[in-house]
Amino acid sequence: MITARRRAERGAAAAFGLTAVAGVFIGVVYVMGGNTALLGIGLAVAFASLAVGLALWAQHLLPERAYVEEREPAPSPPRLREALAAELNRDDRPLAQAPLPRRMLMLALAVLAVVAVFPVRSLLFRVRDPARALAETPWRAGARVVDDTGRRLRPADIPPGGMVTVYPDGHVGAADAMAVLVRVDPALLALPAGREGWNVDGLVCYSKLCTHAGCPVGLFVQTTSQLACPCHQSAFDVLRGAVPVAGPAARPLPQLPLGVGADGLLVARGGFTAPVGAGYWRRK
Amino acid sequence: MIARWVRRKLEEKLRVSRWGLRKLDERLRIASVVREAVAKVFPDHWSFMLGEIALYAFVSLLLTGTFLAFFFDPSSGERIYAGDYAGLHNSRVSAAYASAVELSFDVRGGLLVRQTHHWAALIFVAAIVTHMLRNFFTGAFRRPRELNWIIGVTLLVLAIANGFAGYSLPDDLLSGTGLRIANSIALSMPIVGTWAAFLLFGGEFPGESIIPRLYILHVLLLPGLIAALIGAHMGILIRQKHTHFAGPGRNDHNVVGSKMWPTYAFRSFALLSALFAVTFALGGLVQINPVWLWGPFDPGTASAPAQPDWFMGWLEGALRLYPPIEFTVFGYLVPAPFVPGVLLPGLTFAIMYVWPWLDRLITKDRAAHHLLDRPRHSPARMAVGVWALSFYGLLLLAGSDDVLADLMGLPVLTVMKTMRIVVIVVPFLFAAAAYALARALRANPEQRLSGLRWKQIRKSDVVEEETRHGGS
Repeated sequence: MITARRRAERGAAAAFGLTAVAGVFIGVVYVMGGNTALLGIGLAVAFASLAVGLALWAQHLLPERAYVEEREPAPSPPRLREALAAELNRDDRPLAQAPLPRRMLMLALAVLAVVAVFPVRSLLFRVRDPARALAETPWRAGARVVDDTGRRLRPADIPPGGMVTVYPDGHVGAADAMAVLVRVDPALLALPAGREGWNVDGLVCYSKLCTHAGCPVGLFVQTTSQLACPCHQSAFDVLRGAVPVAGPAARPLPQLPLGVGADGLLVARGGFTAPVGAGYWRRK
Repeated sequence: MIARWVRRKLEEKLRVSRWGLRKLDERLRIASVVREAVAKVFPDHWSFMLGEIALYAFVSLLLTGTFLAFFFDPSSGERIYAGDYAGLHNSRVSAAYASAVELSFDVRGGLLVRQTHHWAALIFVAAIVTHMLRNFFTGAFRRPRELNWIIGVTLLVLAIANGFAGYSLPDDLLSGTGLRIANSIALSMPIVGTWAAFLLFGGEFPGESIIPRLYILHVLLLPGLIAALIGAHMGILIRQKHTHFAGPGRNDHNVVGSKMWPTYAFRSFALLSALFAVTFALGGLVQINPVWLWGPFDPGTASAPAQPDWFMGWLEGALRLYPPIEFTVFGYLVPAPFVPGVLLPGLTFAIMYVWPWLDRLITKDRAAHHLLDRPRHSPARMAVGVWALSFYGLLLLAGSDDVLADLMGLPVLTVMKTMRIVVIVVPFLFAAAAYALARALRANPEQRLSGLRWKQIRKSDVVEEETRHGGS
């Protein structure tokens, strides 16, 4: 007859044996090139059987009884506390006895602590004024409109309902200059007052950076003439100056006044109507 | 014969370890310290293993992370990818991205370790949260354990921060979008926002500084802090000893359970092995964060659907649901991401930090406790906990509102608008139900939740009055 103890011993031994076998398997798989799934299975089996063996051991092969440990009460006994207080005050309370050096020491440490924070400023070593850097983009009046390969664009390059990501010539890839060029039906355009002449036969240009969290507004939904942001589902009405119509964005996408140069190429007639991307404290 | 050989070897081992202990004792006088350590008593309840799971996940993270650090190149500088993955052959990508793909495909065992590392990180934060919930619902944070609660909350914050820093390192499209949103959240802070964002990123987003900066945070500063705080957490635990649940022979002046050696050592190693088994099984068999499919980061592109790791999902959900409300203070803008991105997590962790003292206000109980409450003991605490669980759980769900809309065949805006109401209303309903159920259970201490009758829920206030009068 096999006792429960004997059964547990055999079980634990078998489990550890399986761990050893799995270990050999891991070694072989590694030498053969290290297939990810096989290595994972080997390691999982090795550690799982190790866990089973140890659990069997803990459960069946160790004395099962509850031990009781007494807690020491939290505040130390009064005698010890008094001894500590006496120890601290023994040498005539060194800090209280010398007020002038003590205060000057405080001052010295405080000054050092304050200047120790200064090097944080070094983290920003390229830019002088963040708010100004955020407000500016490379778009200027007369800047030619190019696509992401640097090709200069003519109005005819964008088909009806089409969308192209554009940059100012010479600044391809500049994150803050990124803009979208969309062609809509000019008859449907209802741009804000003063921007009526900013489109070229239904071609309008907006910053590509969502005004909520700065994600690129990469989806143009032709049927509703909306630009949509994939991050938090904000949508902007292209026909009405890209005002937000859904989602958490609260400000319109800044618009770029568009025109055609004498050579027939698309140009900007100025910068964006507002700072691009996510909002910030000093945003005007 | 083999058995005899094994036995002789084991006896030799034992002699060697005793010899080592004796030599150490001759030099360091450690006999009493070690005796105390091996005789330490651990309570025999499964819920005391949750914190250990977090600890062992951290061990797994350190081991796998060290391996990864040998191959990862934290640089935004561009180079040509020349590894085995055909999909990226000869493309110009950042060194960070190229090395992340290379260590997945060209380093033997690299993909397994990378995926195990990521899975272990998800489990690490999940184990911390579960451990914290156990401590919350059983009142383990009460005097004298407020300090360890505070360290625990800090560990949760650091674990989340390090998880975010970690998955942002490969410079892929998904994590780049996450960094962009983090940049916008930093920008949204009143007064200091622009400076905070620019100091962190070394300039305008994306810049070239953020990857190396996140790297040093991820591999040195944050894990160093985590390790130090785990040390403090466990030092305090040893000093104060474990709490335990009520039972025969158990009271506020003792702790009842199994000893460190041998029972608990065996159990704990079993748990460590089980955790390694799970993380390696996931790492080997379940794909996670395939950065080669996301593609390298490109400022002009964002993909959809895009979800962060689960522990950031509640913030993502809050960002999606918060309505387009922006206001100005003295002519300065407070943009929409501020409330869900800064105020919400700030308040969340602030309340978690001061919870031991808020709980005192609710329960009017300032005494020291080593005996744990049953969750039903404080219906108010139960209501707060259930409210928080459902509120943050629903926010996490809202972080996938586009996936949800796709699954249900509804427009994403409908889901968004519905979720705006659901996250406000439903947690209060759940909290009210939890309050009523906890009261009924408290009035019927021997009853389980599943055996509760409607009559007992309705009558619980009456019964409670009676027991209170009967008790006094």
